[in-house]
Amino acid sequence: MLPTLSVLNLNGAVPQIAVAGAGMLIMLIDALFHRGSRRWAAYLALLGLAVALARVVESGASAETILDGALARDGLGMAFALVLIVAAALSVLVAMDYLRREEHERAEYYALILFATAGGLAMAMANDLVAVFIGLETLSISLYVLSAFFTGDAASREAALKYLLLGAFASAFFLYGIALLYGASGTTRLVEMGTAIRLAGTQADPLLWGGVALIIVGVGFKLALVPFHSWAPDVYQGAPTSVTAFMSVASKVAAFAALVRLLVVVLAPAAPLTSALLALLAVLTMTVGNILALAQDEVKRLLAYSSIAQAGYILVAAVAGEVGAAAVLFYLLGYAFTNLGAFAVVLAWSRRGEGRLPFSDLAGLGFRRPWTAAALSLFLLSLTGMPLTVGFVGKLYLFGAAVQAGWTWLAIVAVLNSVVSAFYYLRLVVIMYMREAEMPLALQRAGLALGVALAVCAAGVILLGLVPGVALDWARQAVAVVLS
Amino acid sequence: MSVPVYGYVALSGLLFLIGAIGVLVRRNVLVILMCVELMLNAANLALLAFGSAHQSLDGQVTVLMVMAVAAAEVAVGLALIVTLFRHQGATDVDEVSLLKG
Repeated sequence: MLPTLSVLNLNGAVPQIAVAGAGMLIMLIDALFHRGSRRWAAYLALLGLAVALARVVESGASAETILDGALARDGLGMAFALVLIVAAALSVLVAMDYLRREEHERAEYYALILFATAGGLAMAMANDLVAVFIGLETLSISLYVLSAFFTGDAASREAALKYLLLGAFASAFFLYGIALLYGASGTTRLVEMGTAIRLAGTQADPLLWGGVALIIVGVGFKLALVPFHSWAPDVYQGAPTSVTAFMSVASKVAAFAALVRLLVVVLAPAAPLTSALLALLAVLTMTVGNILALAQDEVKRLLAYSSIAQAGYILVAAVAGEVGAAAVLFYLLGYAFTNLGAFAVVLAWSRRGEGRLPFSDLAGLGFRRPWTAAALSLFLLSLTGMPLTVGFVGKLYLFGAAVQAGWTWLAIVAVLNSVVSAFYYLRLVVIMYMREAEMPLALQRAGLALGVALAVCAAGVILLGLVPGVALDWARQAVAVVLS
Repeated sequence: MSVPVYGYVALSGLLFLIGAIGVLVRRNVLVILMCVELMLNAANLALLAFGSAHQSLDGQVTVLMVMAVAAAEVAVGLALIVTLFRHQGATDVDEVSLLKG
């Protein structure tokens, strides 16, 4: 029987259609009438994202299927979609002046950001492993191209090559995992797969366990979990800074959305073993990420290691499964503001034609650029987890969820890691305010769009830190509505 | 005489392993890309075998989608390799090692 249009329920897929459609429109307009400034492409991208955002916000607390069951339109999917769209919009704002300054202002940049976002949205809402795979690939392939966007820059080319080779390698693992899970359960639909696994019990089925392990390897690569993290520092450092900002947030949000859904819907019966495996990865990721971050002397690479460690903290709550889902969501919302903001400052301060921002360049900037320096200090304090910032509340809930699920030792390891991380985050603040510049940095004008993005990020970090109640309630209610 | 399902799955596992080892061992970018393709096709074979075992079409449909995705990935990969070759004449991963630490 052929599915009818009503089965497809295209109305529910408006977020993806709006985002991908705006991307295609940008490509088309640019091909037909390309001359002059490409600022219109950024505005069109923001418009597409606004339409998607409006559609996501107005969706009620119901769970229904889209595209004959391939996607799920439920609280969990919509909440992660919201975080993703906000992150994409901020990334567009951050990129506008930067691309012009670096003389790489081309319309396809914004189209690729939109395509990546559409892929991420598909992952967040996927109810089918094949949909997860296609979303993952749409996101990743767009990011490979974006990493290589500064083709004249050797570091950008190298970053893209490394990302592509390791990303494709990881995708193959993920796909083989899908094949094995399909073999074990006879379906690729998540809900039906969960039922099949529950009925079969958790007796040793090599197909099931092999599939789960391969999928965790594939997702682990995307999230840059240790020991699958080796690509992340090079790619984060080499890619254009605006791309690094976007990918450090978007790919984490999308991959964690898919992981949380898998853990809640499919793997709940297998929880003891998957939790143990994820706990091991969380400990390795936090510890190795933090220790390697200590040895860095360049801000962009430091933030790369820091975001490896941050993925470890988030994984601590993912270990708790259903209990931790709301904490994961809330932390990712805060992390989107914090990390995008931090990379935006790096981008504003780095020399033209150079992505690097060595620690020595930071010296004295605390007083030469008081507002931007205050914003960077705020983001660094939030990444550390200082009270009154969203990082503190977020970590409290992440680790609290782990304790609630009986993983007290894991929470203790995470807290100890946070203490270690304070050393390298606060060192940057100290350099900014307490050291004199030997060779003052020639600063660029920041631009209005970047200023707006920084202000939104800073406001998000402070507001979510001071009055987290509303957002926490939203997160709890959202993750409670899961298609199953 | 028909080959049982586990025969196909064993073959696909072997292909996947060859591909994975190839990615880790070989240094030429083109060969690494081909090894990744081998891994994806190994997964395709497994999907087809399981699809026929379960008497369901999902496996075959998935394979078609995987082929489209793999083609897109290779297109981007080859474009990158061409850019790299034009700028620095390299097709070897060891020659591309600016970023480290």
